[in-house]
Amino acid sequence: MQLRIKGNIAVSESGFVFDPSTGDSYSINPIGVEIIQLMKQTLSEKAIVDAIVERYQTEPQTVEKDLYDFCNLLVKHQLADRI
Amino acid sequence: MKQQLTVAVSGLNNTDNPGPGIPVIRALRDWKGNDIRIIGISYDNLEPGLFMRDLVDKSYSVPFPSGGTENLMLRLQYIHEIEKIDFIFPNFDAELFTFMKIAPELEKMGIKTFLPTADQFEERHKYRLSEFGEKYGLSVPLSITIGSISEVPAALNNFEYPVVVKGKFYDAYIAYNLEQVYSYFHKIQAKWGLPIILQQFVYGNEYNVVALGDGKGNTIGAVPMRKQYITDKGKAWAGITIDEPRLIEMTHKLIAANKWRGGMELELIKDKNGTLYIVEINPRFPAWVYLAVASGQNMPAAAIQLAFGEKVAAFENYDIGKLFVRYSWDNIVTLSEFQQISTLGEL
Repeated sequence: MQLRIKGNIAVSESGFVFDPSTGDSYSINPIGVEIIQLMKQTLSEKAIVDAIVERYQTEPQTVEKDLYDFCNLLVKHQLADRI
Repeated sequence: MKQQLTVAVSGLNNTDNPGPGIPVIRALRDWKGNDIRIIGISYDNLEPGLFMRDLVDKSYSVPFPSGGTENLMLRLQYIHEIEKIDFIFPNFDAELFTFMKIAPELEKMGIKTFLPTADQFEERHKYRLSEFGEKYGLSVPLSITIGSISEVPAALNNFEYPVVVKGKFYDAYIAYNLEQVYSYFHKIQAKWGLPIILQQFVYGNEYNVVALGDGKGNTIGAVPMRKQYITDKGKAWAGITIDEPRLIEMTHKLIAANKWRGGMELELIKDKNGTLYIVEINPRFPAWVYLAVASGQNMPAAAIQLAFGEKVAAFENYDIGKLFVRYSWDNIVTLSEFQQISTLGEL
């Protein structure tokens, strides 16, 4: 699933996410921040998985599954749109 | 408008169900600093604002508007003789109608106000919300006004639970069955009288907008807020300014259509489909108005400027993501201060 983070969503380096249209805020962990930054570069899902696998030397299947869950959360909270 | 102003402000009940008086005064102090003399108007000797001496220069007790306009006018005349008031900011829903009625007399005395007209005030009442929505093309939840308990069962046929049971001026409870509707009906009737309003509960997020209309159809300011922390009375204890253009558009549409004059607060709910429903229109600034001031829109100051016929440009921007977080503070008061307001009606 390829996602686009909504343009007005603010994400700080410390992992604070603010949706100015609803006033909702969230905290995400450092890997979440990294994934969002990669999404903002409009990388494909596969490219994001590859980048995380390479950086953390982990199994692609695990990253794929976690990325899928994370993307669903972003969509559920209306922070990102499917493209 | 002269440099040094004297402004009388009511709504000094800075409690867990706060009135807008103190936030309005803060806004005026931000605008004028010490070039403004603030006269507090109180209905109760324990309104906390009475004792906030760094914000309020002098306070006077006044009789409840329900005691008749004559008594209130006499008291205001007495205060005016001493203080030479330039402008009055009434902040309680329950006193607004009286102040609107006496506004021409106040004007003759040299006291300005900036209030909605009687028609504007009347048509946005909770018990006329459905009519209001229809007239101005705005979505409002189904509301039915009932004048007696015997009307409840028939009215309930139009709703699905939960239903909101509301008082004419204040209080709202969510009822999940008939027994609860009866119980809240009696509770609200005992406190605020009739009519009672039944309103369809809308699931969704609640938003509020504070706005100022110039009386000619122009929106001078509008700032939307999302409540972040709500007290058990449903009052915002923390809130954040948000960027939701539809809320601003809705406010502009409403003010353009009914030419609202003065401060107002819109209470809205966005349901899961994104539809915005107006659930209440309060005819005055809300207690969180200072958030708008801190975000760049000093609407209380603009209201006074408009009342004096000054040209006021509409605010175009505000800071998004700015929060207010209330706190409580035990203000220590001497017996002599309390005695003074209790016995002399002045402090």
